[in-house]
Amino acid sequence: MNAPSAPRSNERRGLDVPHELVVDALRAGVPGREVLFGVDLVVRSGEVHAVMGPNGSGKSTLAHVLMGKPGYQVLGGTVTFDGEDLLAMAPWERAHMGLFLAPQYPTEVPGVRLTDVLVEALASRGAGDGDAAGAERVEGLQARPAAERAWIEAVRLGFETRLLDRALNVDLSGGERKRSETLQLAVIQPHIAVLDELDSGLDIDGLRVVARRVLTGVDEWGLGVLAITHYRRLLSALVPDMVHVLVDGRVVAEGGPELAEEVDRTGYAAY
Amino acid sequence: MGTTPAPFTADASAALGGPQWLARRRAEAFGRFAGMALPTEAEEIWRYSGIDSFDLDSFAPISAPIPAPMERGGGSSDLVVGEALARGLGPRAALVVTRDGVVRAVKTEPDLPEGAIEISAARAGGDDGEKPPGLGELGYPRDAFGELHEAFLADVVLVTVVPKVLITRPVVVVHLVGPADGTASTPVSGGTFSCFPRTLVRIGRSATAGVIELLASAGSSALVVPVTELDVAEDGCLDYANLQVLDQRSTQLALQASRVDQHGTLRSFTAALGGRYARVRTDSDVAGEGARSSLLAGYLGTDDQVHDFRTLQDHHGPRTHSELLFTGAVADRARSVYSGLIRIERGAHGADAFQTNHNLVLSEGAHADSVPNLDIDENDVRCSHASTVGPIDEEQRYYLESRGIEPSVAERLIVLGFFSDLAAHAPFEGVGKFLEDAVRQRLSGRLPGDRLSDAPPGDGDG
Repeated sequence: MNAPSAPRSNERRGLDVPHELVVDALRAGVPGREVLFGVDLVVRSGEVHAVMGPNGSGKSTLAHVLMGKPGYQVLGGTVTFDGEDLLAMAPWERAHMGLFLAPQYPTEVPGVRLTDVLVEALASRGAGDGDAAGAERVEGLQARPAAERAWIEAVRLGFETRLLDRALNVDLSGGERKRSETLQLAVIQPHIAVLDELDSGLDIDGLRVVARRVLTGVDEWGLGVLAITHYRRLLSALVPDMVHVLVDGRVVAEGGPELAEEVDRTGYAAY
Repeated sequence: MGTTPAPFTADASAALGGPQWLARRRAEAFGRFAGMALPTEAEEIWRYSGIDSFDLDSFAPISAPIPAPMERGGGSSDLVVGEALARGLGPRAALVVTRDGVVRAVKTEPDLPEGAIEISAARAGGDDGEKPPGLGELGYPRDAFGELHEAFLADVVLVTVVPKVLITRPVVVVHLVGPADGTASTPVSGGTFSCFPRTLVRIGRSATAGVIELLASAGSSALVVPVTELDVAEDGCLDYANLQVLDQRSTQLALQASRVDQHGTLRSFTAALGGRYARVRTDSDVAGEGARSSLLAGYLGTDDQVHDFRTLQDHHGPRTHSELLFTGAVADRARSVYSGLIRIERGAHGADAFQTNHNLVLSEGAHADSVPNLDIDENDVRCSHASTVGPIDEEQRYYLESRGIEPSVAERLIVLGFFSDLAAHAPFEGVGKFLEDAVRQRLSGRLPGDRLSDAPPGDGDG
């Protein structure tokens, strides 16, 4: 496992407190079925990682186990965030550590407005929240109220602003949901974001807009990215520093962005 | 059957006095009441109610003589209380305040078109007055509590809207129950106080108006038996809201009866938040051709509260339309009952009727029963019903939690969201907001919140 040679934004932004998600020999699954058979991954601030794999390889399981979705079971290994045991935390505590998950299928929550979710999401983190980097950023966008930030991000992402006052994901198209996920990411500004099939439902223009916003986050606040995807399509816009190929619950190959092209050419059967 | 419970006697009813028509009416009702048994849970309409443990003997009617309606003095302090309670409901056409079923104040806004609405107390005509037209025509057959109401009611709030007027702001009727500042009535015996608020709303032909009733008490474990009659004439339109925030020790047995004549519209909205046991029977007679009745209700029970709804959408006229949406949540050890019937009578061809009841069960000790029913005697009709009872959706909670929202906050958002569609359809903006604010207030600090046992998903077998 070769670490990425040049973590972009750490150098560019000179972040003195990089964040680190460390997945070590993670075994996990659902009751009665093991899906992940020992996964190792390290994602740091400013890095863009891609996990590629065919259907059923365990990509979404990985995403949900990292976020702590009920119903998934950890069978072995560890996951730490900035050295702390992530697996011992509730999902909201993981989010407070700085982890974010954009799920493949965002859940509909009737009657709960997107804006209200963002207001509560930021309020629950409180001011400061032990986040040194956050304290420095406070003069910028972060100093504005959540609703205003959501509005600004909606405009940036081509997400209809009227949808900010509508129920979360209810009656939204697949593409609108992914724009909404990206909007939430941009407002919340997590340290590490897991993006599960962020491109699904998006047309090529939408994909570009969303990928650009994520990459801007890498530069803006040193966002670390773990992009999970079946196809290389997303990675043409969201170019990774490092690619991990996941097949049957194991990382079978790792490399630079060129690995994505190779997988695209040869398919997963070669692994 | 019919052993008359001790405090509610013919003498106590007769002692209430008032105009002759009212005295006669009370006496007749008492006769019927005395001949009836109190209901039991064996009756379908009282199933799940817990009525078997209800003890009417522990309550008592107010002592006679009843103060004259719209008295000054004590009335003015009730007006202040009423105004405070009505403040959040938005602009209004008039305010009526009753205490313990006696009309204490009527205050009409000066810009109301003269003669458009008549608001009065039925006793205002004096001892030689006549029965107000339309009183007591709806909501039959009455059960024992309906007859008890008729036998012991003090006043009737009359709201009569003349034909062809349009009044967008509602008449707000605040019913205060129980002791407040020493002006309250006292029960005849040592029993707990009871009262029988009565409201009759009549919307004239092609008239449009709104009425909000608010029932409130503090520090009282009273028995409250309100009856509201809503009569909408041809082409008329009534927006009606009933907001019940009685003390959580009180018992309510309410009847809301309505009739809509041809091409008339009733939009009714009930918010039930108070009461230890609070029952509302809703009888909606969709009578005339093309009449429409929309019945909405939201309820939230906490602690040991029981909310009990029995609804009837009774279609008589052809091409009539009714829709019902009752949405409720129970927390702690609270219970709710929804039992509703759509009845399509012969002749009501082309009728369209819907009935939906959704229940959110917020804790393991809470319980909701939902029993929708159809009874159709006509072909060529469209009817449907749907009901759900379940806990907060785990996926929804997880999704909000993944945004960093603590479980108690996530649950509060989801519950508020659960009521938001209903609130958005409330007949007046202030009414929807009233429900949402009440739900928000009641839920704070009450949801489990401590969900750490749900995560991490590391325990268990593989």
